Amino acid sequence: MSLLHLAIIAPLLWAILVPLFYKSFRQIHTGWFVLPLPIILFIYFFSFISTTRHQAIVMETLNWIPSMGINFTAKVDGLGLLFALLITGIGALVILYSIYYLSKTKEKLNTFYTYLLLFMGAMLGVVLSDNLIVMYAFWELTSFSSFLLIGYWYHREKSRYGAQKSMIITVFGGLAMLGGIVLLHLMTGSFSITEIISQSQDIVSHSLFIPALLCVLLGAFTKSAQFPFHIWLPDAMEAPTPVSAYLHSATMVKAGIYLVARLTPVFAVDGLWVWLVAGFGIVTLFWGSFSAVKQTDLKSILAFSTVSQLGLIMSLLGVGAAALHFPGVKDNLYIVATTAAVFHLINHATFKGSLFMVAGIVDHETGTRDIRKLGGLMHFMPITFTIAIIGTFSMAGLPPFNGFLSKEMFFTGMLHVLELDLFNIQSVAILFPIIAWIASVFTFIYSMMLVFKTFTGKHQPEKLDKKPHEAPIGMLISPTILASLVIIIFFFPNSLLSENIISPALAAIFPSLLNTGTEFVTHIGIWHGPTPELFMTLGVIALGILLYLTFPKWRKVYKLFPDKLALNRLYDGIIDRSQSGSYRLTTSYMTGSIRSYLVYIFTFFIIILATSLVVKDAFKLDTVHVSSIGIYELLLALFVVIGAISTVFAKTRLASILLLGAVGYTVSLFYVLFRAPDLALTQLVIETVSVALFLVCFYHLPKLRKEDSRVRFKLTNALISVGVGVMVTLIALSAHSNKFFKSISQYYIENTYTEAAGKNMVNVILVDFRGFDTLFEITVLAIASLGIYGMIRLRLTRRDEE
Amino acid sequence: MRSNNNIILETTMKVVLFIIVLFSVYIFFAGHYYPGGGFIGGLMTSGAIVLLLIAYDIKTVATILPVNYRTMTGIGLLFAIGTSAGSLLFNVPFLTHAFGHIEVPILGDISLHTATLFDLGVYLVVVGVTMTIIQTIGEDE
Amino acid sequence: MEIVMAIVIGILFMTATYLMLSKSLLRIIVGTGLLSHGAHLLILTMGGLKRGAAPLLGEQGPYTDPLPQALILTAIVISFGVTAFFLVLAYRAYKELGTDNIEKMRGNRGNE
Repeated sequence: MSLLHLAIIAPLLWAILVPLFYKSFRQIHTGWFVLPLPIILFIYFFSFISTTRHQAIVMETLNWIPSMGINFTAKVDGLGLLFALLITGIGALVILYSIYYLSKTKEKLNTFYTYLLLFMGAMLGVVLSDNLIVMYAFWELTSFSSFLLIGYWYHREKSRYGAQKSMIITVFGGLAMLGGIVLLHLMTGSFSITEIISQSQDIVSHSLFIPALLCVLLGAFTKSAQFPFHIWLPDAMEAPTPVSAYLHSATMVKAGIYLVARLTPVFAVDGLWVWLVAGFGIVTLFWGSFSAVKQTDLKSILAFSTVSQLGLIMSLLGVGAAALHFPGVKDNLYIVATTAAVFHLINHATFKGSLFMVAGIVDHETGTRDIRKLGGLMHFMPITFTIAIIGTFSMAGLPPFNGFLSKEMFFTGMLHVLELDLFNIQSVAILFPIIAWIASVFTFIYSMMLVFKTFTGKHQPEKLDKKPHEAPIGMLISPTILASLVIIIFFFPNSLLSENIISPALAAIFPSLLNTGTEFVTHIGIWHGPTPELFMTLGVIALGILLYLTFPKWRKVYKLFPDKLALNRLYDGIIDRSQSGSYRLTTSYMTGSIRSYLVYIFTFFIIILATSLVVKDAFKLDTVHVSSIGIYELLLALFVVIGAISTVFAKTRLASILLLGAVGYTVSLFYVLFRAPDLALTQLVIETVSVALFLVCFYHLPKLRKEDSRVRFKLTNALISVGVGVMVTLIALSAHSNKFFKSISQYYIENTYTEAAGKNMVNVILVDFRGFDTLFEITVLAIASLGIYGMIRLRLTRRDEE
Repeated sequence: MRSNNNIILETTMKVVLFIIVLFSVYIFFAGHYYPGGGFIGGLMTSGAIVLLLIAYDIKTVATILPVNYRTMTGIGLLFAIGTSAGSLLFNVPFLTHAFGHIEVPILGDISLHTATLFDLGVYLVVVGVTMTIIQTIGEDE
Repeated sequence: MEIVMAIVIGILFMTATYLMLSKSLLRIIVGTGLLSHGAHLLILTMGGLKRGAAPLLGEQGPYTDPLPQALILTAIVISFGVTAFFLVLAYRAYKELGTDNIEKMRGNRGNE
């Protein structure tokens, strides 16, 4: 257990403490207790920068299931560190913001912060695990915590709908990803990402390579809301705004980006990866920005904008992956695309985080997020307005904000596609810069709408629930920090980010491009002269302003896409169908009667066993290797048979209980004869306790009436039971007579003393060799006793109340 | 349980109870080397308590042994999981046990096992569960 | 002996099944009890009977197979838990509904 592991699970441990803080210190907002943790973690991870900037990697392993190659290996490299810093840094700002956003009297803060910390720990686990299975476990944990956070206001119908939708889509993708991980394991024999990357050249021709690639991409695309899986993200906006700012713009949705970046060295060897990632990215970019323009809710605009920006980063990663097909670092045209992806990832977190917080402030102070009702807020909230201007202009790609830099690099990357003569991409290459440019125009339009429809224009106080005023200072701290980062990054991109963050991240994405002595040199320039990129930006601004002003005239364009064809309809339809279908299927055989279930089970048992005995010709009778028959054993056998048969004909309840007890005691004598002292003892005691238990209940149990059923009913039962009895006998005989494998018991006999220092093999197996069985067994026992306790006690209290 | 006066049973119980309990503890500790262990030890202890319940009524037993058996179950589970998870701290797989020998004055050479702690968990769970069940039903009159 | 045991186990399973298919809850519980006895003996028989000394080091080897015994020990305790749970369930249901006939519990008159 290293400090690094502790750092990853610290949020999970902290989450356990939250309810204690909440209960004991009701006067203080719980957020103040949570806030120190991400700050400490941020500082801790910050200290790794000096390591990773020299391309060094920190790895710590904690054994989990070493026999299956599943170990909690934490790995800090440039890429993981970038995400860890985002998670903890933005996390701290969001928690600070939430302290002012969520009322400590009205909200259940303990659950909120527990979920949030759960998410933070899960996210750190995803980006810092080198083992795919561990990463997958954390990945699903992010889906769960996101579900809980979206449904935080669970009394709202829409919250529950959004939570369920995000859960279904992301977990579906997660399972596909698990399939991809298993396929990767089949090809390479390893779950370690480092190990798999080193084998990437060997597996590319493997027949499972393409399926693995598709499965992994499905996981990444659902998580990062790529078209057509983006539909969950707008509905996820039902979450409290701090959650949207944190999960659904800065961190969780970027897990898919992370996965694509992380596995680029494995899959990018195949052109399909470049095609799919770049293609889906660019389509998402367009569709997201196009849909954002028609939204009227501030958070919906931001949601679609996030979808589109994620598409932008994804397409850059796709194009950048082509770099692996060219040797070396110098003159490699496509590295710039990946650089832009990493750079924009950071920029997007800063400006989108601040914009979400602005939307939250507007909602908080006016009571609505509908831009048709808002307007003229500039005079009431000057600081919020300034932050909004910085965020939106950066998003639109205007100087002097960091969005301008990454947008220029994005255009450069897309223009390089024209020169790519690999994987038959030339035929459609021209589409990439064109779509990118059109999407940027729409981005410009919705960015302008976001800020100007809200803050300028006519103030409409009659439509607002509250009288607007500037937000409290605490709520403004976090967005102000983010907004100032937007400007600072613009002026000092190289000294702040290039060497410290971006180059190490590139080294992690393209390990094979680095020879000894070379390193990635990232230079982000502000002014490149009159390049095509600059003219593209100017074109975006010109056309954007024109279209923004004439928006009411071309609004009808959106009517061309009927609601019926919308993906949401499809999703709802699938959910409805599967619910009603499974309901019909289930009710058709789940009759609610124990007897029918038992008949199903026993009939199935007879049929399947009889068939396999016949088909496999498995029945065999070995009369040679049998042990001798003693007179005592025979007597005991007779007792058991008589006892068992008598229970069927028992007339009174006492008789049947005693007969069952008699059979039990006889069985324990069997254990004595068959050299099983532990079993004999246990059976003896347990039989005593059981009989006592039966007798306790005895007074209350009903009199055993004669089974006055029809003959046909009895006959069916008799037939089935004889069938079961005969089948079991046949199976027992053939299992005894066919010995295909050597018994594994010799291992236990030989190792009991040397490995576990015990002499009683049965006990050593129970507590040591097969301790898992015992652990689960006592858990089951504990659950059973709690069930019994609940069954009797809970009902009693209810009766008392009545 | 009924509160009937059964002098013979009560008197015998006072003697027999300690023998059974002592025997069950012996069997629990002997488990690693001879027949016995947490399951049997636990069952035997609860058997002894059940005998006590038969001899006296449930309220008397509750005052003699003021134990919350549900808490006992929980503690037992914690013991078992704690012992298993403890091995993770030493960077060995879950449920790896350790053992060693120490010299104790008078008693001489004693072998110590973490497996015994695990088995203690089993013992506590078994006693806790059995007694919870019987006590709950017994009190429900 | 294994062949005799196979037949005994078969009869245990047969009676257990018959009892479990009946409509009275108490019979069903007794049936599950018998079924678990049958299953335990089945596991034990499959490991081979009387093949050596009890599995305690220090006895004269060879030893009988310790693994089935460990499995059965687990199974015995689990089946105790299950039986107890079932018993209390039946007890509760009877107190609540006044019948132990599973058909009547569902509101049907039972196909008598």
